[in-house]
Amino acid sequence: MLTELSQSWPWYVAGPLIALTMFILLYLGKSFGVSSTLRTSCSAMGAGKTSDFFRFDWKEQAWNLAFVAGAMVGGFVAAQWLANPEPIDLAASTVTHLQTLGIEKPGADYLPESIFSWEGLLSLRGLIMLIGGGFLVGFGARYAGGCTSGHAISGLSNLQWPSLVAVIGFFIGGLTMTYFILPWLLML
Amino acid sequence: MRKYVSFFAVGIFFGIVLTKSEVVSWYRIQEMFLFDSFHMYGVIGSAVLLGIIGIAWIKRRKLKSIRGQLIEFTPKNRSIARYLLGGIIFGLGWSMVGACPGPIYTLIGYGYSVIVVVLLSALAGTWVYGLLRSRLPH
Repeated sequence: MLTELSQSWPWYVAGPLIALTMFILLYLGKSFGVSSTLRTSCSAMGAGKTSDFFRFDWKEQAWNLAFVAGAMVGGFVAAQWLANPEPIDLAASTVTHLQTLGIEKPGADYLPESIFSWEGLLSLRGLIMLIGGGFLVGFGARYAGGCTSGHAISGLSNLQWPSLVAVIGFFIGGLTMTYFILPWLLML
Repeated sequence: MRKYVSFFAVGIFFGIVLTKSEVVSWYRIQEMFLFDSFHMYGVIGSAVLLGIIGIAWIKRRKLKSIRGQLIEFTPKNRSIARYLLGGIIFGLGWSMVGACPGPIYTLIGYGYSVIVVVLLSALAGTWVYGLLRSRLPH
């Protein structure tokens, strides 16, 4: 059982389980959206002193902080008891593409450690990617009013046109980064 | 405290799913944007397909939540600017760090402690949005 669970889960298992996550939250009377926890945390840390946007009863949203604390523990559980000894089965073309950009052993781990490590952070490339990238995720998600969970999963499931516009935006941004900016950034 | 236990448990489940399906992987996100594999499209696509069917059913049957209240959905405001511009900014970041907010939390738990820097930067991004909000097109 554990050996089977330790292997990579196919899309047709993961997708339905993500939908199930959304349905459980709906049954519990809440909506599925992760990025709003960033706003809640800002508010809890006192950002309400600087902007109306953070002046709300953040305790109403504390359930979502419990949810993301769980998501963190889920990563720990998966690493401790369900770790996959095999590398990620990436498409050969992705592996070749990333190797030409100087990334060694794509798929050996979840992230390229040359960038996503404390050592990597100390390079110009690491600083831009971790700090700049994180900033864009936080800024963009709140500006768009949601992230992958809130728009791509919850919003599209509820046939919301604004969510489709947001998802199109996610792809315009993502494709621009992957095709035009990252090849240059990774070579820094 | 007890009322948070169920959300915490659902979160653990969600974190395991994200990790085991490799949605947390920077490589999987690159593979998706390079259109080299169906994996990520399958994950998101099947979640949305089941989501559409399930939500239509919840609405038709007027299903209630655990507290006995009707499960309701708030429609999003109609606008193009904020969703498109915000979406593009989010997409640039999503490809760069290879993680959206869910995976950011999960990767930290997995053991990539440096992702705390990404989380703090995302908090900073959210805060700066709050400061600039009135000056941005919505």
